Amino acid sequence: MRVSMDIELKDIPGQLLLALKPVSEFKGNLISVVHHHEKRTPRGTIPVQVVFETKPDNLYNIVSSLEESGIGIVRIDEKRYFEHGAVILIGHIVHTDIQDTIDTIDNTGYAEVVDLNLSMPKVKMPSSASLKIDAVSKEHLTQAIDILKEIAKKKDLLVIEPIKSELGAF
Amino acid sequence: MRTVRLSIIGFGAVGQGVAKVLLAKKDQLEDIGLDLRVVAIADSRTAVIDTDGVDLGAVISRKKTEKTVGSQDMTGLEIIEKIDHELVVETTPTNIVTGGAGLENMFMAFRKGRDVVTSNKGPLAVKYKELMEASKLSGSKFRFEATVGGAMPVLNLTKDSLAGNRITDVEGIFNGTCNYILTRMTEEHAPYEQMLAEAQELGYAETDPTYDVEGIDTACKLVILANCVFGMNATYEDVTVTGITKITPEALLLAHNDGYVIKLIGEVNDSRINVAPKLVPIGHPLAVAGSLNVASVQTDLSGPITVTGRGAGSIETASAILSDLISIYRN
Repeated sequence: MRVSMDIELKDIPGQLLLALKPVSEFKGNLISVVHHHEKRTPRGTIPVQVVFETKPDNLYNIVSSLEESGIGIVRIDEKRYFEHGAVILIGHIVHTDIQDTIDTIDNTGYAEVVDLNLSMPKVKMPSSASLKIDAVSKEHLTQAIDILKEIAKKKDLLVIEPIKSELGAF
Repeated sequence: MRTVRLSIIGFGAVGQGVAKVLLAKKDQLEDIGLDLRVVAIADSRTAVIDTDGVDLGAVISRKKTEKTVGSQDMTGLEIIEKIDHELVVETTPTNIVTGGAGLENMFMAFRKGRDVVTSNKGPLAVKYKELMEASKLSGSKFRFEATVGGAMPVLNLTKDSLAGNRITDVEGIFNGTCNYILTRMTEEHAPYEQMLAEAQELGYAETDPTYDVEGIDTACKLVILANCVFGMNATYEDVTVTGITKITPEALLLAHNDGYVIKLIGEVNDSRINVAPKLVPIGHPLAVAGSLNVASVQTDLSGPITVTGRGAGSIETASAILSDLISIYRN
């Protein structure tokens, strides 16, 4: 997952290094560091914005380590899913247990159905739905869609997935 | 000036298109040193043979008025066997189950050492490897750009223009009928059946549309691509195919609201050959409307190369045949 963190550093040498050390120590992948040296907080500290990728389990360790070093954490924003995909389903979507279809994706732990639009024109006519799926990475998004295709096969639903280049396969 | 004697076997829309194009381009062909002389034409029942060159204009109008090409009683196969000429333009109807008359015609042409240029997918989808071997054995040239995507250059693009590149994937729309129906369903928010009927009325779809709408036609083109570009020995059975008959106008609308159009996409790479309706982002190079075809070729050196054009039509298909013809004999 991707974490964006606002921290405050004392204006003494070595503070930035101290702040970044836990990220590398716990195998985080640093994406950006913005050091606002010209801006001071009313407390006289320097605001720094750090963005990194890490496994969810390691975030706790990174945060504790920063707190132990006396670095002030103002805000933490976690973004677990940063790949978004859309698929269309056609068939008897509701009658083949839509809840079960969604649960199977949600239970993967790496992808979630975040939006569902359903169109049911007439009783007994096939309905159509658009599903938005968020996933932790492109590979996981592809895997989630593959799982969806498996379920759809059993339920006789047609899955329309994005073209390959859209899924970032190249 | 190099004189090439040729036969046109099969005189439907494409065969007639070839005759018209040869007439229209006579001067241009002479400029590049080619005298393409049609010595025989055959349709399914009749034939015309003239070793000095058949009068193409007369045959085209005869076909129109009398539904025959001539009065000679010889089949296409017999012409290929017995009449002395260098090139067979094979434009008989496609049969993807057995390969049809086209398959026999091509084998006969190779046995006689004649070159073949064709628009007929059937034989290539059924017996690609055998045909390639036969042509190699006799030293015959064998070109079939017209079988994939009509006027749109795909095979020769990968073989000639992109020579040296490794092709990793080809993705595209290879059936104009499906593209037309899906485009119109989106525009009119109308059901599949209604837009199929419209396509049939306008001549974009056959009375029995199965071949197009169930993705079979696209699958055959992918088989040819798989064999020709990826060096496979694939047949129709190796393709996973889903057609467009289940697509609803609601699905098209939902897709549109998410920024997508739905297209029947054919995809081939070295591990899979697949035909299925897919979501294409609006504005993406593959999101072409109407009855257009499009192909996006992924290459290792040049990234994606996309071509689009008319995938069918008598003159358009004849244009692909003409370009194959010229590339064989120009040098």
